[in-house]
Amino acid sequence: MIFGYPLLSVVIWLPIVFGGLVLATGNDRNAPLARLIALLGALLGLLVALPLYTGFDRMTSAMQFVELKPWITMFNIHYHLGVDGISLLLVLLNCFFTLIVVIAGWQVIEKRVAQYMASFLIMSGLINGVFASLDAVLFYVFWEAMLIPMFIIIGVWGGPNRVYAALKFFLYTLLGSLLMLVALLYLYFKSGSFSILDYYQLPLPMNAQILIFIAFFMAFAVKVPMFPVHTWLPDAHVEAPTGGSVILAAIMLKVGAYGFIRFAMPIAPDASHELSGVMIALSLIAVVYIGLVALTQADMKKLVAYSSISHMGFVTLGLFLFNAYGMEGALLQMISHGFVAGALFLCIGVLYDRVHSRQIVDYGGVANTMPVFAAFFMLFAMANSGLPGTSGFVGEFMVILGAVKVNFWYAFAAATTMVFGAAYTLWMYKRVIFGPVANDHVKHLHDIGGREKLVMLSLAVAVLLVGLYPLPLSEILHASVNDLLVHLARSKI
Amino acid sequence: MSYIATLLPAYAEIFLLCMIGVILIADQFVAGQNRTVTYFLTQLTLLGCSLITVSTHVDSIAHLFNGMFVDDLMSDVLKLLTYLAVSMMLVYSRSYLIVRGLFTGEFLGLTLLSMLGMMVMISASNFVVLYIGLEIQALSLYAMVALQRDSAVASEAAMKYFVLGAMASGFLLYGMSMIYGGTGSLDVQTISALIRDGQANTMLLVFGLAFLVAGLAFKLGVAPFHMWVPDVYHGAPTAMTLLIGSAPKLAAFAFVMRILVESLQPLMIHWSGMLVVLAVLSMAVGNITAIAQTNIKRMFAYSTIAHMGFLLVGVLSGTLDGYSGAMFYAVAYVLMTLGGFGMVMLLSREGFEADKIDDYKGLNQRSPWLALMMLILMFSMAGVPPTIGFYAKFSVLSAAVQTGHITLVVIAVLLSLVGAFYYLRIVKLMYFDAPESHEKLTLQPDSALLISINGLAVLLIGILPNALMTVCAASVQQSLLLH
Repeated sequence: MIFGYPLLSVVIWLPIVFGGLVLATGNDRNAPLARLIALLGALLGLLVALPLYTGFDRMTSAMQFVELKPWITMFNIHYHLGVDGISLLLVLLNCFFTLIVVIAGWQVIEKRVAQYMASFLIMSGLINGVFASLDAVLFYVFWEAMLIPMFIIIGVWGGPNRVYAALKFFLYTLLGSLLMLVALLYLYFKSGSFSILDYYQLPLPMNAQILIFIAFFMAFAVKVPMFPVHTWLPDAHVEAPTGGSVILAAIMLKVGAYGFIRFAMPIAPDASHELSGVMIALSLIAVVYIGLVALTQADMKKLVAYSSISHMGFVTLGLFLFNAYGMEGALLQMISHGFVAGALFLCIGVLYDRVHSRQIVDYGGVANTMPVFAAFFMLFAMANSGLPGTSGFVGEFMVILGAVKVNFWYAFAAATTMVFGAAYTLWMYKRVIFGPVANDHVKHLHDIGGREKLVMLSLAVAVLLVGLYPLPLSEILHASVNDLLVHLARSKI
Repeated sequence: MSYIATLLPAYAEIFLLCMIGVILIADQFVAGQNRTVTYFLTQLTLLGCSLITVSTHVDSIAHLFNGMFVDDLMSDVLKLLTYLAVSMMLVYSRSYLIVRGLFTGEFLGLTLLSMLGMMVMISASNFVVLYIGLEIQALSLYAMVALQRDSAVASEAAMKYFVLGAMASGFLLYGMSMIYGGTGSLDVQTISALIRDGQANTMLLVFGLAFLVAGLAFKLGVAPFHMWVPDVYHGAPTAMTLLIGSAPKLAAFAFVMRILVESLQPLMIHWSGMLVVLAVLSMAVGNITAIAQTNIKRMFAYSTIAHMGFLLVGVLSGTLDGYSGAMFYAVAYVLMTLGGFGMVMLLSREGFEADKIDDYKGLNQRSPWLALMMLILMFSMAGVPPTIGFYAKFSVLSAAVQTGHITLVVIAVLLSLVGAFYYLRIVKLMYFDAPESHEKLTLQPDSALLISINGLAVLLIGILPNALMTVCAASVQQSLLLH
């Protein structure tokens, strides 16, 4: 505790407390107050997380800002928090996006404002908890609990088919989580502890490792989502309100990949090597096949949803290459995809708020009426197709470099995304933005206002910064990535 | 030491019995429309019982009446929780019963009498005493279900409950007689010692054990002996359903502990296998059938069947961790059930039972706070953290993993996923759907306050479960270390 107070606890619980305060404002008569408290909570949430970055020691791979208190003594469960470079960046990303989502939902959400804002704040705290937990049960509690606000968000403020999407989202995720719980209980009886760091040292025979890996795979692959358990994502994205889609794409998908990094790979390294062929195959299917699926979508949100699956395929591909390029590229891709996918969903949200349609055919020539918006959208679309200079390029390029070192054909298949990604994103962009004004709706569009500009600008800055100067991120990741590779290289049998 | 002083461990039971007499007599004289005096007298009795139980607590195990009656930490903890459950049930059901003209002196008397039965079950250390406790409890409950004389459904439920309950009692008695035949004793400790010494005819014992387990399964409402549960839960007035569904499960847990664990522990390889079948069937039947229900009381009935299956998973592990997990499960279950049925009664009013699941549509728009409480209860029943229901499942499953029942655990986990679906459906109705009526909710302040405490307790114990877990572990440990 460098700062004299439990920093990570504050980062986790402050948004949750503010969420409770927002809920206490009651019904929609107090909506302005609810918005203000939510904004204050999100802003403070980001500010208290900043010392994590400034106080972070880049030289070591050890966990930092550690808090350790007994929680459930009977099962040797501790309230054990700490971050390394990987989780630190994800915590910051999460705090940043919570603020974005609160601002983006400022006027758009009109009914049950307090509950909407509170759900996001509480979820933000819980997700921080997921990233900062070093105790498996604590992790599991945060992991499951964060489903509840998301379930509510999709179900209450979502589109016409929201009930189906919300239930599918919840049950899909729960299935995987419950199997993970069985694996955690098994590990507990092998090691006598729920500490994740103890699991790293625990020797396990191959068949146990394989079963454990499969259990973790069920939990995390659903979240990433990997082919073939990705089908909940397009439904959830299409039906969720804009804020929900943003958090889903920017943060929740990362939780799955983070799970692989924190649990599956270091706990079962031999199984990871053994099954890496399968994992790489599934990742490449996601990259290529889902990329093609994205090409045929008529619904913008669905298109970006499929593009997310395809891009997350890069992340899992990078992780299972077992070299520094792939690993670091995967992590940068996670951060970058957070910014880009979040921004794209916000762009679609901007259009949806005005026209109430997500179909590409309902648009055309938006550039004529919304030039500023079109410019921002262009930047994010380019980043999504991996243009050098934007954040999308860095991660993908590094993963492809890593893939070449392992097998040329992996790299070849992965590199097709540079073509498909550009094709589906820019083709959508062309149909929506360019050309003559398509209909009356488009004709009467008004350009983005100050609040929307602020949101877009901050994301644009982030996308460009990561693209042009990724060093501040990669230097934080470096020690942790090397440590992970060391763990992976050591057999535990 | 005078004779009265030697009765110290049973003071609570004696006090309760006296007070039942006082309340029944007082009810003849001071009963107003709402029975305010006798109601508060009943609550005071419960308070008195808890004070007595706390103040007469000693750290060692005390036996009474030639070892027929035992007072240990487990019995004290379970009794205190029983008082709490009965007291909460009275708060929840008071106005519900007043509106329906059922808030009679008999109701209060029978409630306390059934509680006396539960206390005897909890403290019994002899098969006959166990049986007597069970019958005091069961007979009072049969009568309570039938209290609503003019309702055909309630009468049918009472009849079913009585006939099947009597049959279960027959099974139990038959099983007990077999054990008696095999060992020549009815005392829990002696039986255990005799079997351990190998002086008993195992064949005969296992034969008796099968009947005992069947009888227990009937009383717990575990599949395939669960047929009475949905009908009784559905048909009885909600207040009676709450009473049947809550505190007796604590007593039933004690019953299982005293019979299967304290006396027949040496036969564990036999009963553990039987319980595996019962547990899997219960979790499957309960969780899958609950999906098809449109009546929330029936849905809770099937959910109870599933919960009891989970509880058995803890017991069949046959370790201290398993038993304490099962005890934790029983406590968690009672707390959630109280909240669930409490909500049903809170939302009901004259001529409206609030027992269709569609009655919960749009509750979030009518009362966000109640919807939030119900949300917590539903997620707790589904076993989603951070609620008490998660730790209940966690502790029984961890015991089962420890004893190598991995397949059973995977089945249990998958069936609890099925279970999550119908609990989520209630959340969906409350939050995602528009209300069917916009009639203003008239809430009783005392029950509304209690349901808030109830819901928050489910959440808070979920965040900080350590204290309750430690108490459960200590209770089970003390009762079993004797052997």
